[in-house]
Amino acid sequence: MARQESLAVVKEPETPAEETARIHIMGKSYVVPAGLTILKAMEYAGYRLVRGVGCRGGFCGACATVYRKAGDFRLYVGLACQTGIADGMYLTQIPFYPAPKPLYDIHRLSAGGETIFRFFPEVARCIQCNTCTKVCPQGLDVMRYIAAAQQGDFKRVAELSFDCIACGLCVSRCPGEIAHYHVGLLARRLYAAHLTPKAIHLRTRLGEIQEGRFSKEVETFCKMDRQSLQRLYAQRAIEPEEEVALPGKSNSDED
Amino acid sequence: MSEEKKTFGYYPGCELRNRVKGLDLSARRACRALGIRLKELKDWTCCGGLVPQVKDNYMGFLAPARILVEAHAQGFDELMTLCTFCFNTLRRAAFFLQGHAEARKRLELFLGVEGLPRVKVIHLLEVLRDHVGLDRLRESVQRPLKGLRVAPYYGCLLLRPAQEIKLDNPEAPTLIEVILEALGCEVTDFSSKTDCCGSYHIVTNGQVAGQCSDLILRSAVKSKADMLVAMCPLCQFNLDWRQKQTRTAPLPVVYFPQLLALALGEPVDTLGVAEPAATALSALGSPT
Repeated sequence: MARQESLAVVKEPETPAEETARIHIMGKSYVVPAGLTILKAMEYAGYRLVRGVGCRGGFCGACATVYRKAGDFRLYVGLACQTGIADGMYLTQIPFYPAPKPLYDIHRLSAGGETIFRFFPEVARCIQCNTCTKVCPQGLDVMRYIAAAQQGDFKRVAELSFDCIACGLCVSRCPGEIAHYHVGLLARRLYAAHLTPKAIHLRTRLGEIQEGRFSKEVETFCKMDRQSLQRLYAQRAIEPEEEVALPGKSNSDED
Repeated sequence: MSEEKKTFGYYPGCELRNRVKGLDLSARRACRALGIRLKELKDWTCCGGLVPQVKDNYMGFLAPARILVEAHAQGFDELMTLCTFCFNTLRRAAFFLQGHAEARKRLELFLGVEGLPRVKVIHLLEVLRDHVGLDRLRESVQRPLKGLRVAPYYGCLLLRPAQEIKLDNPEAPTLIEVILEALGCEVTDFSSKTDCCGSYHIVTNGQVAGQCSDLILRSAVKSKADMLVAMCPLCQFNLDWRQKQTRTAPLPVVYFPQLLALALGEPVDTLGVAEPAATALSALGSPT
Protein backbone atom coordinates (compact mmCIF):
# COMPACT_ATOMS: atom_id res chain seq x y z
CA MET A 1 0.00 0.00 0.00
CA ALA A 2 1.02 3.55 -0.64
CA ARG A 3 0.97 4.26 3.10
CA GLN A 4 3.98 2.02 3.56
CA GLU A 5 6.10 3.92 1.07
CA SER A 6 8.47 6.62 2.17
CA LEU A 7 7.40 10.25 1.83
CA ALA A 8 7.96 11.68 -1.61
CA VAL A 9 9.49 15.13 -1.65
CA VAL A 10 7.21 17.70 -3.28
CA LYS A 11 8.84 18.53 -6.60
CA GLU A 12 8.89 21.79 -8.47
CA PRO A 13 6.38 22.08 -11.35
CA GLU A 14 9.06 21.21 -13.95
CA THR A 15 9.09 17.59 -12.73
CA PRO A 16 8.67 15.20 -15.68
CA ALA A 17 5.06 14.15 -16.12
CA GLU A 18 5.85 10.45 -15.71
CA GLU A 19 6.59 10.94 -12.01
CA THR A 20 3.36 10.35 -10.14
CA ALA A 21 2.02 10.40 -6.62
CA ARG A 22 -0.82 8.49 -5.04
CA ILE A 23 -3.11 10.68 -3.00
CA HIS A 24 -6.39 9.99 -1.24
CA ILE A 25 -9.16 12.54 -1.68
CA MET A 26 -12.00 11.99 0.80
CA GLY A 27 -10.91 8.38 1.15
CA LYS A 28 -10.68 7.61 -2.56
CA SER A 29 -7.33 6.88 -4.11
CA TYR A 30 -5.98 8.72 -7.19
CA VAL A 31 -2.69 8.66 -9.07
CA VAL A 32 -1.78 12.18 -10.16
CA PRO A 33 1.34 13.83 -11.55
CA ALA A 34 3.77 14.67 -8.79
CA GLY A 35 4.43 18.34 -8.15
CA LEU A 36 0.87 19.58 -8.45
CA THR A 37 -0.82 21.70 -5.84
CA ILE A 38 -3.71 20.07 -4.01
CA LEU A 39 -6.16 22.18 -5.99
CA LYS A 40 -4.67 21.16 -9.36
CA ALA A 41 -4.47 17.54 -8.24
CA MET A 42 -8.17 17.54 -7.36
CA GLU A 43 -9.04 18.97 -10.74
CA TYR A 44 -6.74 16.45 -12.42
CA ALA A 45 -8.60 13.70 -10.55
CA GLY A 46 -11.85 14.96 -12.06
CA TYR A 47 -13.30 17.22 -9.38
CA ARG A 48 -15.07 20.26 -10.74
CA LEU A 49 -14.74 22.78 -7.94
CA VAL A 50 -17.58 25.21 -7.46
CA ARG A 51 -17.02 25.96 -3.78
CA GLY A 52 -13.68 25.50 -2.10
CA VAL A 53 -11.90 27.50 -4.77
CA GLY A 54 -11.52 31.21 -5.27
CA CYS A 55 -8.57 33.43 -6.04
CA ARG A 56 -6.06 30.59 -6.60
CA GLY A 57 -3.47 32.96 -5.21
CA GLY A 58 -3.48 32.24 -1.47
CA PHE A 59 -5.53 35.26 -0.43
CA CYS A 60 -9.21 34.47 -0.36
CA GLY A 61 -9.27 31.58 2.12
CA ALA A 62 -11.85 29.55 0.21
CA CYS A 63 -9.77 26.40 -0.32
CA ALA A 64 -8.83 25.43 3.23
CA THR A 65 -7.75 21.81 3.27
CA VAL A 66 -6.85 19.36 6.02
CA TYR A 67 -4.57 16.43 5.32
CA ARG A 68 -2.40 13.79 6.82
CA LYS A 69 0.86 12.40 5.50
CA ALA A 70 1.64 8.71 5.26
CA GLY A 71 2.92 7.37 8.58
CA ASP A 72 2.37 10.62 10.50
CA PHE A 73 -0.31 11.08 13.16
CA ARG A 74 -0.36 14.84 12.86
CA LEU A 75 -3.14 16.76 11.17
CA TYR A 76 -1.82 19.25 8.66
CA VAL A 77 -3.60 22.18 7.05
CA GLY A 78 -3.02 24.33 4.04
CA LEU A 79 -4.68 26.27 1.29
CA ALA A 80 -5.25 23.86 -1.59
CA CYS A 81 -3.99 26.42 -4.10
CA GLN A 82 -0.73 26.91 -2.20
CA THR A 83 0.14 23.45 -0.92
CA GLY A 84 1.96 20.83 -2.95
CA ILE A 85 0.82 17.22 -2.83
CA ALA A 86 2.98 14.42 -1.50
CA ASP A 87 2.78 10.70 -2.08
CA GLY A 88 0.47 9.04 0.40
CA MET A 89 -1.35 12.25 1.34
CA TYR A 90 -4.87 11.89 2.75
CA LEU A 91 -6.92 15.02 2.32
CA THR A 92 -10.26 16.69 2.31
CA GLN A 93 -11.35 20.26 1.79
CA ILE A 94 -13.22 22.34 4.34
CA PRO A 95 -14.65 24.99 2.01
CA PHE A 96 -16.98 26.35 4.66
CA TYR A 97 -17.50 25.86 8.37
CA PRO A 98 -20.62 27.14 10.16
CA ALA A 99 -19.92 30.08 12.44
CA PRO A 100 -22.36 32.53 14.07
CA LYS A 101 -22.19 35.91 12.39
CA PRO A 102 -23.84 38.65 14.45
CA LEU A 103 -25.13 41.89 12.99
CA TYR A 104 -24.09 45.11 14.64
CA ASP A 105 -23.69 48.81 14.00
CA ILE A 106 -20.04 49.32 14.82
CA HIS A 107 -20.52 53.02 15.64
CA ARG A 108 -23.04 52.18 18.37
CA LEU A 109 -20.73 49.78 20.19
CA SER A 110 -18.30 50.58 22.97
CA ALA A 111 -14.68 49.65 22.41
CA GLY A 112 -14.25 47.45 25.50
CA GLY A 113 -13.95 43.75 26.24
CA GLU A 114 -17.63 43.62 27.25
CA THR A 115 -18.61 44.13 23.60
CA ILE A 116 -16.77 40.94 22.65
CA PHE A 117 -18.60 38.98 25.36
CA ARG A 118 -21.93 40.49 24.36
CA PHE A 119 -21.71 39.10 20.83
CA PHE A 120 -19.46 36.12 21.47
CA PRO A 121 -20.01 34.88 25.04
CA GLU A 122 -18.39 31.59 23.99
CA VAL A 123 -15.02 33.36 24.01
CA ALA A 124 -15.06 32.67 27.77
CA ARG A 125 -14.92 28.96 26.94
CA CYS A 126 -11.38 29.18 25.60
CA ILE A 127 -9.20 26.74 27.53
CA GLN A 128 -5.96 27.93 25.93
CA CYS A 129 -5.39 24.61 24.15
CA ASN A 130 -3.83 26.53 21.25
CA THR A 131 -5.36 24.17 18.68
CA CYS A 132 -6.57 27.17 16.68
CA THR A 133 -3.00 28.43 16.36
CA LYS A 134 -1.72 25.02 15.31
CA VAL A 135 -4.36 24.75 12.58
CA CYS A 136 -4.02 28.25 11.10
CA PRO A 137 -2.71 28.06 7.52
CA GLN A 138 -1.64 31.69 7.80
CA GLY A 139 0.55 30.92 10.80
CA LEU A 140 -1.30 33.41 13.02
CA ASP A 141 -1.22 33.25 16.79
CA VAL A 142 -4.98 32.77 16.96
CA MET A 143 -5.15 31.82 20.65
CA ARG A 144 -3.36 35.01 21.61
CA TYR A 145 -5.61 37.24 19.57
CA ILE A 146 -8.60 35.65 21.27
CA ALA A 147 -6.90 36.32 24.63
CA ALA A 148 -6.27 39.94 23.62
CA ALA A 149 -9.95 40.24 22.61
CA GLN A 150 -10.97 38.92 26.05
CA GLN A 151 -8.82 41.61 27.58
CA GLY A 152 -10.29 44.33 25.37
CA ASP A 153 -6.88 44.98 23.81
CA PHE A 154 -8.11 45.54 20.26
CA LYS A 155 -4.87 47.04 19.03
CA ARG A 156 -3.14 43.77 19.83
CA VAL A 157 -5.96 41.79 18.18
CA ALA A 158 -5.57 43.91 15.06
CA GLU A 159 -1.83 43.31 14.99
CA LEU A 160 -2.10 39.57 15.58
CA SER A 161 -5.08 38.86 13.32
CA PHE A 162 -4.40 41.22 10.42
CA ASP A 163 -3.49 38.45 7.95
CA CYS A 164 -6.59 36.35 8.72
CA ILE A 165 -8.28 35.12 5.54
CA ALA A 166 -11.35 33.76 7.35
CA CYS A 167 -10.86 30.22 6.07
CA GLY A 168 -12.56 28.86 9.19
CA LEU A 169 -10.11 26.07 10.06
CA CYS A 170 -9.70 27.48 13.59
CA VAL A 171 -13.47 27.28 14.03
CA SER A 172 -13.51 23.67 12.86
CA ARG A 173 -11.09 22.56 15.58
CA CYS A 174 -12.05 24.67 18.61
CA PRO A 175 -13.25 22.66 21.63
CA GLY A 176 -14.83 25.87 22.95
CA GLU A 177 -16.84 26.32 19.72
CA ILE A 178 -15.53 29.85 19.25
CA ALA A 179 -15.83 31.58 15.87
CA HIS A 180 -12.37 33.11 16.03
CA TYR A 181 -12.33 34.96 12.75
CA HIS A 182 -15.60 36.76 13.49
CA VAL A 183 -14.20 37.77 16.90
CA GLY A 184 -11.06 39.10 15.20
CA LEU A 185 -13.15 40.96 12.64
CA LEU A 186 -15.28 42.65 15.33
CA ALA A 187 -12.16 43.61 17.29
CA ARG A 188 -10.45 45.06 14.22
CA ARG A 189 -13.58 47.02 13.34
CA LEU A 190 -13.84 48.36 16.90
CA TYR A 191 -10.20 49.35 16.75
CA ALA A 192 -10.61 51.11 13.42
CA ALA A 193 -13.90 52.82 14.28
CA HIS A 194 -13.14 53.93 17.83
CA LEU A 195 -9.45 53.77 18.68
CA THR A 196 -7.41 54.84 15.67
CA PRO A 197 -6.90 58.54 15.01
CA LYS A 198 -9.47 60.05 12.71
CA ALA A 199 -8.27 61.31 9.32
CA ILE A 200 -9.10 64.99 9.62
CA HIS A 201 -7.87 65.85 6.11
CA LEU A 202 -10.29 63.27 4.67
CA ARG A 203 -13.22 64.81 6.50
CA THR A 204 -12.19 68.26 5.24
CA ARG A 205 -11.90 67.08 1.65
CA LEU A 206 -15.25 65.26 1.77
CA GLY A 207 -16.81 68.47 3.02
CA GLU A 208 -15.30 70.37 0.11
CA ILE A 209 -16.66 67.83 -2.35
CA GLN A 210 -20.10 68.04 -0.79
CA GLU A 211 -20.04 71.83 -0.99
CA GLY A 212 -19.48 71.47 -4.72
CA ARG A 213 -15.98 72.90 -4.84
CA PHE A 214 -14.92 70.42 -7.55
CA SER A 215 -18.26 70.00 -9.35
CA LYS A 216 -17.36 72.30 -12.22
CA GLU A 217 -14.10 70.46 -13.01
CA VAL A 218 -15.81 67.07 -12.84
CA GLU A 219 -18.42 68.29 -15.28
CA THR A 220 -15.71 69.49 -17.67
CA PHE A 221 -13.90 66.12 -17.45
CA CYS A 222 -17.11 64.26 -18.17
CA LYS A 223 -17.55 66.14 -21.42
CA MET A 224 -13.91 65.72 -22.56
CA ASP A 225 -12.88 63.21 -25.22
CA ARG A 226 -10.57 60.32 -24.33
CA GLN A 227 -7.41 61.79 -25.88
CA SER A 228 -7.68 65.11 -24.10
CA LEU A 229 -8.27 63.29 -20.85
CA GLN A 230 -5.18 61.15 -21.37
CA ARG A 231 -3.09 64.22 -22.17
CA LEU A 232 -4.30 65.99 -19.07
CA TYR A 233 -3.57 62.94 -16.98
CA ALA A 234 0.00 62.71 -18.30
CA GLN A 235 0.56 66.40 -17.58
CA ARG A 236 -0.85 66.35 -14.09
CA ALA A 237 1.23 67.83 -11.30
CA ILE A 238 2.44 65.27 -8.82
CA GLU A 239 2.70 66.73 -5.36
CA PRO A 240 5.77 65.98 -3.29
CA GLU A 241 5.00 63.72 -0.36
CA GLU A 242 4.31 65.69 2.75
CA GLU A 243 4.12 64.70 6.35
CA VAL A 244 0.48 64.83 7.30
CA ALA A 245 0.03 65.87 10.89
CA LEU A 246 -2.14 63.38 12.75
CA PRO A 247 -3.99 64.19 15.95
CA GLY A 248 -1.77 63.55 18.95
CA LYS A 249 -3.94 61.15 20.88
CA SER A 250 -6.25 58.35 19.89
CA ASN A 251 -9.77 59.51 19.38
CA SER A 252 -12.32 57.44 21.25
CA ASP A 253 -15.95 58.41 20.84
CA GLU A 254 -17.34 55.97 23.36
CA ASP A 255 -15.68 54.51 26.36
CA MET B 1 15.89 42.85 53.38
CA SER B 2 18.26 43.78 50.60
CA GLU B 3 17.95 47.26 49.12
CA GLU B 4 18.24 46.16 45.48
CA LYS B 5 15.03 46.23 43.48
CA LYS B 6 13.27 42.90 43.45
CA THR B 7 11.61 41.93 40.18
CA PHE B 8 8.57 39.67 40.00
CA GLY B 9 6.78 38.25 37.01
CA TYR B 10 3.29 39.70 37.07
CA TYR B 11 0.09 38.13 35.79
CA PRO B 12 -2.81 40.66 35.89
CA GLY B 13 -5.69 38.51 34.56
CA CYS B 14 -8.55 39.41 32.25
CA GLU B 15 -10.87 41.13 34.74
CA LEU B 16 -8.11 43.58 35.62
CA ARG B 17 -7.91 44.54 31.96
CA ASN B 18 -11.62 45.19 31.67
CA ARG B 19 -13.89 45.85 34.59
CA VAL B 20 -11.51 46.36 37.50
CA LYS B 21 -8.62 48.36 36.08
CA GLY B 22 -8.25 50.09 39.45
CA LEU B 23 -7.10 46.86 41.10
CA ASP B 24 -4.24 46.54 38.62
CA LEU B 25 -3.40 50.23 38.57
CA SER B 26 -3.26 50.64 42.35
CA ALA B 27 -1.14 47.51 42.85
CA ARG B 28 1.35 48.69 40.23
CA ARG B 29 1.60 52.08 41.92
CA ALA B 30 1.96 50.54 45.36
CA CYS B 31 4.70 48.18 44.21
CA ARG B 32 6.57 50.98 42.51
CA ALA B 33 6.40 53.02 45.71
CA LEU B 34 7.88 50.06 47.59
CA GLY B 35 10.69 49.54 45.08
CA ILE B 36 9.25 46.30 43.72
CA ARG B 37 9.50 45.92 39.99
CA LEU B 38 6.62 44.10 38.33
CA LYS B 39 7.30 42.75 34.87
CA GLU B 40 4.11 41.79 33.13
CA LEU B 41 4.09 38.45 31.38
CA LYS B 42 4.18 38.99 27.63
CA ASP B 43 1.01 38.18 25.67
CA TRP B 44 -0.52 36.28 28.58
CA THR B 45 -3.70 34.24 28.17
CA CYS B 46 -6.64 33.54 30.50
CA CYS B 47 -5.79 31.48 33.60
CA GLY B 48 -8.81 29.25 33.08
CA GLY B 49 -10.82 30.77 35.91
CA LEU B 50 -10.97 27.64 38.04
CA VAL B 51 -9.01 24.41 38.36
CA PRO B 52 -10.97 21.33 37.30
CA GLN B 53 -12.70 19.57 40.16
CA VAL B 54 -12.11 16.25 38.39
CA LYS B 55 -8.40 15.68 38.39
CA ASP B 56 -8.18 13.67 35.19
CA ASN B 57 -9.68 16.54 33.23
CA TYR B 58 -6.27 17.35 31.82
CA MET B 59 -7.63 19.82 29.28
CA GLY B 60 -8.79 22.00 32.15
CA PHE B 61 -5.22 22.28 33.41
CA LEU B 62 -3.90 23.50 30.06
CA ALA B 63 -4.62 27.17 30.66
CA PRO B 64 -2.78 27.50 34.00
CA ALA B 65 -0.01 25.08 32.91
CA ARG B 66 0.63 27.21 29.83
CA ILE B 67 1.02 30.33 31.95
CA LEU B 68 3.51 28.57 34.26
CA VAL B 69 5.51 27.36 31.25
CA GLU B 70 5.60 30.84 29.75
CA ALA B 71 6.48 32.52 33.04
CA HIS B 72 9.47 30.20 33.31
CA ALA B 73 10.45 30.72 29.65
CA GLN B 74 10.37 34.48 30.26
CA GLY B 75 12.74 34.08 33.18
CA PHE B 76 10.46 34.11 36.22
CA ASP B 77 10.57 31.58 39.05
CA GLU B 78 7.96 33.56 40.96
CA LEU B 79 4.79 34.85 39.42
CA MET B 80 2.69 37.41 41.27
CA THR B 81 -1.08 37.69 40.83
CA LEU B 82 -3.78 39.86 42.36
CA CYS B 83 -7.17 38.54 41.32
CA THR B 84 -8.28 35.87 43.78
CA PHE B 85 -9.55 33.61 41.00
CA CYS B 86 -6.29 33.79 39.05
CA PHE B 87 -4.28 33.26 42.23
CA ASN B 88 -6.36 30.27 43.30
CA THR B 89 -6.30 28.70 39.84
CA LEU B 90 -2.59 29.15 39.20
CA ARG B 91 -1.48 28.20 42.70
CA ARG B 92 -3.67 25.08 42.82
CA ALA B 93 -2.66 24.05 39.32
CA ALA B 94 1.03 24.40 40.23
CA PHE B 95 0.43 22.36 43.40
CA PHE B 96 -1.51 19.67 41.54
CA LEU B 97 0.97 19.33 38.70
CA GLN B 98 3.88 18.86 41.10
CA GLY B 99 2.15 15.89 42.66
CA HIS B 100 0.71 14.19 39.56
CA ALA B 101 3.26 12.65 37.22
CA GLU B 102 0.63 11.32 34.83
CA ALA B 103 -1.03 14.70 34.37
CA ARG B 104 2.36 16.32 34.00
CA LYS B 105 3.40 13.85 31.31
CA ARG B 106 0.23 14.33 29.27
CA LEU B 107 0.35 18.10 29.50
CA GLU B 108 4.02 18.13 28.52
CA LEU B 109 3.20 16.05 25.44
CA PHE B 110 0.33 18.27 24.47
CA LEU B 111 2.19 21.53 25.10
CA GLY B 112 5.31 20.20 23.41
CA VAL B 113 7.61 21.04 26.31
CA GLU B 114 10.19 18.96 28.12
CA GLY B 115 9.32 19.06 31.78
CA LEU B 116 6.80 21.43 33.34
CA PRO B 117 8.76 24.04 35.27
CA ARG B 118 8.32 24.74 38.95
CA VAL B 119 7.07 28.28 39.12
CA LYS B 120 5.98 29.66 42.48
CA VAL B 121 2.66 31.48 42.26
CA ILE B 122 2.49 34.23 44.85
CA HIS B 123 0.04 36.89 45.93
CA LEU B 124 0.74 40.55 46.53
CA LEU B 125 -0.03 39.89 50.21
CA GLU B 126 2.89 37.43 50.34
CA VAL B 127 5.19 39.87 48.60
CA LEU B 128 4.36 42.39 51.31
CA ARG B 129 4.77 39.86 54.13
CA ASP B 130 7.83 37.97 52.90
CA HIS B 131 9.79 40.37 50.71
CA VAL B 132 8.94 43.80 52.05
CA GLY B 133 8.20 42.95 55.67
CA LEU B 134 5.92 44.80 58.06
CA ASP B 135 8.69 47.01 59.44
CA ARG B 136 9.70 48.41 56.08
CA LEU B 137 6.06 48.72 55.09
CA ARG B 138 5.38 50.77 58.23
CA GLU B 139 8.36 52.99 57.42
CA SER B 140 7.14 53.49 53.84
CA VAL B 141 3.75 54.83 54.84
CA GLN B 142 3.39 58.46 53.71
CA ARG B 143 -0.23 58.95 54.61
CA PRO B 144 -1.23 56.86 57.63
CA LEU B 145 -4.86 55.82 57.25
CA LYS B 146 -5.62 56.93 60.80
CA GLY B 147 -9.22 56.87 61.84
CA LEU B 148 -10.32 54.67 58.94
CA ARG B 149 -12.26 51.66 60.21
CA VAL B 150 -12.09 48.82 57.71
CA ALA B 151 -13.61 45.34 57.59
CA PRO B 152 -11.06 43.00 55.95
CA TYR B 153 -12.85 40.54 53.68
CA TYR B 154 -10.96 37.46 52.45
CA GLY B 155 -13.73 35.38 50.89
CA CYS B 156 -13.12 31.74 49.99
CA LEU B 157 -10.63 31.29 47.22
CA LEU B 158 -7.85 33.40 48.67
CA LEU B 159 -7.50 30.91 51.53
CA ARG B 160 -9.06 27.61 50.48
CA PRO B 161 -8.41 24.77 50.08
CA ALA B 162 -5.88 25.58 52.79
CA GLN B 163 -3.63 22.55 52.26
CA GLU B 164 -3.07 23.64 48.66
CA ILE B 165 -3.10 27.43 49.01
CA LYS B 166 -1.15 27.66 52.30
CA LEU B 167 -1.57 31.42 52.59
CA ASP B 168 -3.00 31.76 56.06
CA ASN B 169 -5.31 30.07 58.54
CA PRO B 170 -8.51 29.48 56.51
CA GLU B 171 -10.84 29.97 59.50
CA ALA B 172 -9.12 32.80 61.35
CA PRO B 173 -6.75 34.57 58.96
CA THR B 174 -4.88 37.68 60.09
CA LEU B 175 -2.64 38.51 57.13
CA ILE B 176 -4.73 41.37 55.70
CA GLU B 177 -5.36 42.70 59.23
CA VAL B 178 -1.70 43.02 60.17
CA ILE B 179 -0.88 44.74 56.90
CA LEU B 180 -3.81 47.14 57.16
CA GLU B 181 -2.78 47.96 60.73
CA ALA B 182 0.72 48.68 59.49
CA LEU B 183 -0.88 51.20 57.14
CA GLY B 184 -2.55 52.87 60.09
CA CYS B 185 -6.08 51.52 59.62
CA GLU B 186 -8.27 50.42 62.45
CA VAL B 187 -9.38 46.89 61.59
CA THR B 188 -12.78 45.79 62.80
CA ASP B 189 -13.57 42.38 64.21
CA PHE B 190 -15.66 41.04 61.39
CA SER B 191 -17.03 37.54 61.81
CA SER B 192 -17.99 36.94 58.14
CA LYS B 193 -14.56 37.67 56.75
CA THR B 194 -14.06 34.19 55.30
CA ASP B 195 -17.67 33.56 54.25
CA CYS B 196 -18.67 33.03 50.64
CA CYS B 197 -20.09 36.00 48.69
CA GLY B 198 -22.25 33.70 46.55
CA SER B 199 -19.68 33.57 43.78
CA TYR B 200 -21.00 32.25 40.45
CA HIS B 201 -24.50 31.82 41.86
CA ILE B 202 -24.89 35.43 40.76
CA VAL B 203 -25.26 34.12 37.20
CA THR B 204 -27.95 31.49 37.71
CA ASN B 205 -29.41 32.14 41.14
CA GLY B 206 -29.17 35.76 42.20
CA GLN B 207 -31.21 35.11 45.33
CA VAL B 208 -28.60 32.74 46.74
CA ALA B 209 -25.80 35.17 45.93
CA GLY B 210 -27.83 37.99 47.47
CA GLN B 211 -28.35 36.08 50.72
CA CYS B 212 -24.64 35.29 50.99
CA SER B 213 -23.67 38.90 50.31
CA ASP B 214 -26.26 40.16 52.82
CA LEU B 215 -24.69 38.18 55.66
CA ILE B 216 -21.26 39.60 54.89
CA LEU B 217 -22.48 43.17 54.53
CA ARG B 218 -24.54 43.00 57.75
CA SER B 219 -21.60 41.57 59.65
CA ALA B 220 -19.31 44.33 58.34
CA VAL B 221 -21.81 47.07 59.18
CA LYS B 222 -22.30 45.59 62.65
CA SER B 223 -18.55 45.78 63.22
CA LYS B 224 -18.93 49.57 62.66
CA ALA B 225 -16.64 49.55 59.64
CA ASP B 226 -16.42 52.63 57.39
CA MET B 227 -15.68 50.42 54.42
CA LEU B 228 -15.10 46.86 53.40
CA VAL B 229 -11.74 45.82 51.94
CA ALA B 230 -11.99 43.22 49.17
CA MET B 231 -9.38 41.34 47.23
CA CYS B 232 -11.50 39.52 44.63
CA PRO B 233 -13.27 41.13 41.63
CA LEU B 234 -16.21 38.72 41.88
CA CYS B 235 -16.70 39.33 45.64
CA GLN B 236 -16.65 43.07 45.00
CA PHE B 237 -19.14 42.69 42.16
CA ASN B 238 -21.54 40.58 44.22
CA LEU B 239 -21.37 42.85 47.27
CA ASP B 240 -21.94 46.02 45.26
CA TRP B 241 -24.65 44.39 43.16
CA ARG B 242 -26.51 43.36 46.30
CA GLN B 243 -26.26 46.85 47.77
CA LYS B 244 -27.67 48.36 44.59
CA GLN B 245 -30.47 45.82 44.62
CA THR B 246 -31.50 46.42 48.24
CA ARG B 247 -30.97 50.19 47.97
CA THR B 248 -29.56 50.39 51.47
CA ALA B 249 -27.10 53.14 52.36
CA PRO B 250 -24.08 51.46 50.78
CA LEU B 251 -21.03 50.31 52.67
CA PRO B 252 -18.17 51.37 50.37
CA VAL B 253 -16.16 48.45 48.98
CA VAL B 254 -12.52 49.17 48.22
CA TYR B 255 -9.77 46.92 46.90
CA PHE B 256 -6.87 46.19 49.22
CA PRO B 257 -4.15 47.55 46.87
CA GLN B 258 -6.07 50.82 46.61
CA LEU B 259 -5.73 51.39 50.37
CA LEU B 260 -2.12 50.23 50.21
CA ALA B 261 -1.22 52.67 47.42
CA LEU B 262 -3.10 55.47 49.17
CA ALA B 263 -1.16 54.91 52.40
CA LEU B 264 2.08 54.89 50.43
CA GLY B 265 1.28 58.41 49.26
CA GLU B 266 -0.31 57.83 45.87
CA PRO B 267 -3.09 60.32 45.02
CA VAL B 268 -6.54 58.80 45.45
CA ASP B 269 -7.73 59.92 42.00
CA THR B 270 -5.02 57.82 40.30
CA LEU B 271 -6.12 54.54 41.86
CA GLY B 272 -9.36 53.85 40.01
CA VAL B 273 -11.43 53.84 43.19
CA ALA B 274 -15.16 53.61 42.50
CA GLU B 275 -17.85 55.56 44.35
CA PRO B 276 -18.81 55.78 47.15
CA ALA B 277 -15.37 54.69 48.37
CA ALA B 278 -13.64 57.42 46.33
CA THR B 279 -15.41 60.24 48.18
CA ALA B 280 -14.81 58.61 51.56
CA LEU B 281 -11.09 58.21 50.83
CA SER B 282 -10.70 61.71 49.39
CA ALA B 283 -11.78 63.02 52.79
CA LEU B 284 -8.60 61.56 54.33
CA GLY B 285 -6.54 64.46 53.02
CA SER B 286 -3.02 64.76 51.61
CA PRO B 287 0.11 62.87 52.65
CA THR B 288 1.82 64.25 55.72
